[in-house]
Amino acid sequence: MTITDMTALQLAEAIRAGRTTAVEAAEAMLANIEAKDKKYNCYVTVDAEGALTQAREVQARIEAGELDGALAGVPVAIKDNMCTAGLLTTCSSKILYNFVPTYTAEAVRNLQRAGAVILGKTNMDEFAMGSTTETSAYGATRNPRNPEHVPGGSSGGSAAAVAAEECFFALGSDTGGSIRQPAAYCGTVGMKPTYGTVSRYGLIAYGSSLDQIGPLTKDVADCAAVLEIIASHDAKDSTSIERQDTDFTSVLTDDVRGMRIGVPNDYFGDGLDGEVKEAVLAAAKTLEEKGAVVERFDLSLVEYAIPTYYTIAAAEASSNLERFDGIKYGYRTGEYEGLHNMYRKSRSEGFGAEVKRRIMLGSFVLSSGYYDAYYLKALRVKALIKRAFDDAFARYDVILGPVAPTTAPRLGESLADPIKMYLGDIYTIAVNLAGLPAISLPCGMDGNGLPIGLQLIGDCFQEKKLIQTAYTYEKARGAFPAAAGEVE
Amino acid sequence: MANIISDETIEYVGILAKLELSDEEKEQAKADMGRMLDYIDKLGELDTEGVEPMSHVFPAHNVFREDVVTNGDTREELLANAPEQKDGMFMVPKTFA
Amino acid sequence: MAREYETVIGLEVHVELATKTKIFCGCSTAFGAAPNTQICPVCTGMPGSLPVLNRQVLEYAIAVGLATDCEITRYAKFDRKNYFYPDNPQNYQISQLYLPICRNGGVEIETAEGGVKRVGIHEIHMEEDAGKLLHDDWEDCSLVDYNRSGVPLIEIVSEPDMRSAEEVIAYLEKLRLIIQYLGASDCKLQEGSMRADVNLSVREAGAAEFGTRTEMKNLNSFKAISRAIEGERERQIDLLEAGEKVVQETRRWDDTKGESYAMRSKEDAQDYRYFPDPDLVPIVVSDEMLEEIRARQPEFRTEKMKRYREEFGIPDYDIEIITGFKRMADIFEAATAICGQPKKVSNWLMGETLRLMKEREVEAEDLRFSPENLAKLIALTDARVINSSVAKEVFEVMFEENVDPEKYVEEKGLRTVSDEGALRRTVEEVIAANPQSVEDYRNGKEKAIGFLVGQTMKAMKGKADPAAVNRMLKELL
Repeated sequence: MTITDMTALQLAEAIRAGRTTAVEAAEAMLANIEAKDKKYNCYVTVDAEGALTQAREVQARIEAGELDGALAGVPVAIKDNMCTAGLLTTCSSKILYNFVPTYTAEAVRNLQRAGAVILGKTNMDEFAMGSTTETSAYGATRNPRNPEHVPGGSSGGSAAAVAAEECFFALGSDTGGSIRQPAAYCGTVGMKPTYGTVSRYGLIAYGSSLDQIGPLTKDVADCAAVLEIIASHDAKDSTSIERQDTDFTSVLTDDVRGMRIGVPNDYFGDGLDGEVKEAVLAAAKTLEEKGAVVERFDLSLVEYAIPTYYTIAAAEASSNLERFDGIKYGYRTGEYEGLHNMYRKSRSEGFGAEVKRRIMLGSFVLSSGYYDAYYLKALRVKALIKRAFDDAFARYDVILGPVAPTTAPRLGESLADPIKMYLGDIYTIAVNLAGLPAISLPCGMDGNGLPIGLQLIGDCFQEKKLIQTAYTYEKARGAFPAAAGEVE
Repeated sequence: MANIISDETIEYVGILAKLELSDEEKEQAKADMGRMLDYIDKLGELDTEGVEPMSHVFPAHNVFREDVVTNGDTREELLANAPEQKDGMFMVPKTFA
Repeated sequence: MAREYETVIGLEVHVELATKTKIFCGCSTAFGAAPNTQICPVCTGMPGSLPVLNRQVLEYAIAVGLATDCEITRYAKFDRKNYFYPDNPQNYQISQLYLPICRNGGVEIETAEGGVKRVGIHEIHMEEDAGKLLHDDWEDCSLVDYNRSGVPLIEIVSEPDMRSAEEVIAYLEKLRLIIQYLGASDCKLQEGSMRADVNLSVREAGAAEFGTRTEMKNLNSFKAISRAIEGERERQIDLLEAGEKVVQETRRWDDTKGESYAMRSKEDAQDYRYFPDPDLVPIVVSDEMLEEIRARQPEFRTEKMKRYREEFGIPDYDIEIITGFKRMADIFEAATAICGQPKKVSNWLMGETLRLMKEREVEAEDLRFSPENLAKLIALTDARVINSSVAKEVFEVMFEENVDPEKYVEEKGLRTVSDEGALRRTVEEVIAANPQSVEDYRNGKEKAIGFLVGQTMKAMKGKADPAAVNRMLKELL
């Protein structure tokens, strides 16, 4: 086994055992980036020098016995909407083309404390608004499974970097499916934790009530290990939750006997691709064979999640993105007449089309005369959706379904029709509205060799059930083929 | 399309959002917003009478910090990203006529 | 034909709370620091930064609510008020619209006719202050200092219950006193720690409906408030008399010109798109929290006046004045506790202190001398170390610089001359030099001795005990 084939946990073990070093691992990843990233464009910023410096420090501390964590010495890629002190952080937007934060996101600091080595910042849909990583101001990312296809989004750069072995694992953020869907499209594992489990401090907000940072990894064990490290109660984030049960690696057991799994009929209706449907139902069957109790049920309200989500997310985004005004940081237009013209030109030139679309919508639904009809209405429907999940989790431990209706679309196909693109979020979005944890892992390939994702959704704070179920499924499934797309 | 977005509305939202759209972008924005609102109108099918709007998913409350100074002077760092600065302050187009 | 108009006034009063740190971050609120030296990612709206509420802000807000007879909202939230302006780094202000912390209160004010009137308080909400904009003529631009950005404010919104500038001032003074007694703010109008926006409309006397109101900003003193109210009342009446309409708008008062102008522009849509801030969690005020704050409430003026009457035996008039200013009441109580002479402390406050405050335009909250030094000064006069006129001289210096009177008297050599021989020599010289006055006195003009005392005091540069001088003169004459 070469270094690059290893999972994050295997690599850390090899470093601890002295079979390799953090420096060798970082060098291997930098070499892969050098070889492949022109093609895939996973990274906005690669910090080669910084990574090697970190790797040397970490290696010294490991050798001195000061660091022995499960991921010490492992190179990681960070989605470019998480602030990293001294390292460019763009949100894949022109408006932050030169922004160098003075502080580091708490989730990233947790990784640093654990000895992970930061390679750079990954590409994404601008401000995490999109499902394809095509709205980036720094070019689209390509799917390492097939470069003619998108990697999904918005954490497309992170998912692609894991799939292309340009990092051992990555952090992404998930507001409506932005970790799970690219994980599915690229054939990696991705998890959105319960809202409040990972601090949002330093995460550049899109929809504050929905955003949550999570891991993108090669397998379920890595996912559990990363989550265990990044989950923390943070006094700097008022919505951060104090949890005692974050020893997620303790449930990496191959056993789902008695696990009650609900399969919502509503997730298998019109619009779902036949191959995806087949693969996901086969996965359910596998779990049943492993001793889980699998049942079909009606979740209800599924079709209302998307309009609810887009109202709330756009409203919050319109406010969250007001701070980008050309005064304190980022892009300021070259020529302007007076203050308001400066604001309008800087923002219009700095933001891309999709971001502007959502800011306009969000400003509208909050404006005088529409607040009740749109925004409050959406918050009421959100309450109903939460209730529907509460009812489901009274009966089931885990809800099982697809991540996305199709496998990765071809580049350029999605952006033309925003509503159609939004419809692709139908199975992931309600999870964010209800604050639930969910994991995405590969469960098959379509006829074009593109991965299909399986989604497991848990009740709030029930990540352990998800990890145990996913781990058991992964064992039964066997090794998932790595991306074949080597660069000639 | 049930929701017809007028020029005035797009103009007004542009003022609120501090965005300046070209004529072409305005037409696109009118169409996009109309379609999105048509789609959002779907929520009207649901009876939400008596349902409390849910802004926070969890019943978490009372998160405070104590009144203790924890931050020192970081002016140079925080000004470093400013497009224009002068005398330790952020420089902006004049705000008073 | 002249119609009678009634003025209807409501106030929005912003008060900067006396916390050590800002409302949502650990930056200092100390006044007067160099620009942008008290800022961090949170109060400059850096991306990814998040607010966490300062507990003291909530406790002050509740304390003010309890002291103004408000209902305390048991489930309160913060909302974002969205508008672009450079002093507002996030381009939204975190405030409270839908569930403010206090509602439905009121305070009683005395009216000109000597009656008592209740001014209703619609709500009190917590919010963050904005930064400061400076105008740089040299570069023809503005400069932003975010030191004040995020300083905690409460906004006290009254009902439209006031009918004159006098009532407005009485209401403001009442609020100021309550808040100062609580220690929640120093409430200095000039420095901006208390600011009032005036909502004013006029209507024909007896009309049932309110007229269209305007909001007046930039009022930095009680005088400016009075003038602005008068000016706006006249402006609105003139409009109505001319058959025109009052436009609902925000106006900025220019106190030097004595007129106001509209602030609105096309770019200010005044559509703030308030919505609950998702970065902050709700506030649940429990019975325990409320009782704790209630138990810590200080003695307010009415109780204090009652206690002063019972404990100190000073005139009601003195009590009225002293308790009218928190700082004065504090000095009175502390100095009395040290020297045990309430009457003498009160005399210093009612006499020299008020005189100098008026002469030098000093507000009570800015009084500099400490109660310890006042007590020392009283002790020095009691012990006849200095005479009363020297004491007044020393007090003037204390008033300006809070000097230690004991040290000052020593340093400046102001002790009363107690050397009998020296006094006798001086008196003899004065008698010799003023034969006419001596003659007058001997002829029965009792008043002439006053002149001779004065001459002796002058010769001794004030450092004599006038009673001793008097005695000596009579003896030698």
